[in-house]
Amino acid sequence: MKLSEFRGGPVILAFYPADWSPVCGDQMSLYNEILSEFRQHGAQLLGLSVDGVWCHRAFAEARKLHFPLLADFEPKGEVARAFGVYRSDDGTSERALFVLDRDGVVRWSYVSPLGVNPGADGILEALEKLSAEKGKP
Amino acid sequence: MSGLTPPVSAADHRSGPDDAPITLVEYGDFECPACGAAYPNVEDVRRKLGARLGFVFRHFPLTQMHPHAMHAAEAAEAASAQGKFWQMYGMLFEHQDALEDADLVRYARTLHLDDKRFASELASDAYVKAIRQSVGSGIRSGVNGTPTFFINGVRYDGSWEAADLLAALEDAAA
Repeated sequence: MKLSEFRGGPVILAFYPADWSPVCGDQMSLYNEILSEFRQHGAQLLGLSVDGVWCHRAFAEARKLHFPLLADFEPKGEVARAFGVYRSDDGTSERALFVLDRDGVVRWSYVSPLGVNPGADGILEALEKLSAEKGKP
Repeated sequence: MSGLTPPVSAADHRSGPDDAPITLVEYGDFECPACGAAYPNVEDVRRKLGARLGFVFRHFPLTQMHPHAMHAAEAAEAASAQGKFWQMYGMLFEHQDALEDADLVRYARTLHLDDKRFASELASDAYVKAIRQSVGSGIRSGVNGTPTFFINGVRYDGSWEAADLLAALEDAAA
């Protein structure tokens, strides 16, 4: 899978440390709940962690996730490193959000403090700005 | 990020005096175990702070994960329409493991609600739009899971243990 496959509209990259976070209503479940809001802006959401494909599959099934989870597994953390959010100390990634425009340019990003789930308000604000730009001549 | 939008208004489910110096807002889901675990702590701080605290509950059902959460939220709204939001709120959190439609109607009867009206409002999705608006406001406000609390309009990311919650609320009043 290549990022360029999603060039039709904005792409949201949501890096998170690991599947199976013990918190109820964790970040991915929250995004799952509000996918329709993202789609109103024509945006595609991709979750990324260093977990492998089978782990992602079980996690996505258990949480009934309706968006792809990408395995940043081999070479481990390569995508996270490219975006500067790999945590080499514990071998995971930051909880980091990126909104890319239709040309693949990063237009907004946010790295959440450790252990704090960032929510979705920043993503929606960024998407609204992109939609507003698109509306201009 | 993390400012309560829209602010608390007369449209909210609010308990406590209008001029209370501290306002605690919870975005919650009646089927969420973490919200259920936080419920007695919230009750505890409500008792301890009494008239100094205004408490507001806003719906944030995680419907993909919790199949009964939307109907439970609707049940609270249907009870609210008959003046018994807080009674139903307590009933739902105290019976999180029994939230089938038949259970909800049973709770309505226990609370002496007009159960026919209650059931028909549930069946007609009368409150789904309002609940979705509440979820939308939560997303704007920076809700990041359930429960999410706001103290005087600012998201509270600390622990939900009663002592910690109480200390944070006391700080907000100081």
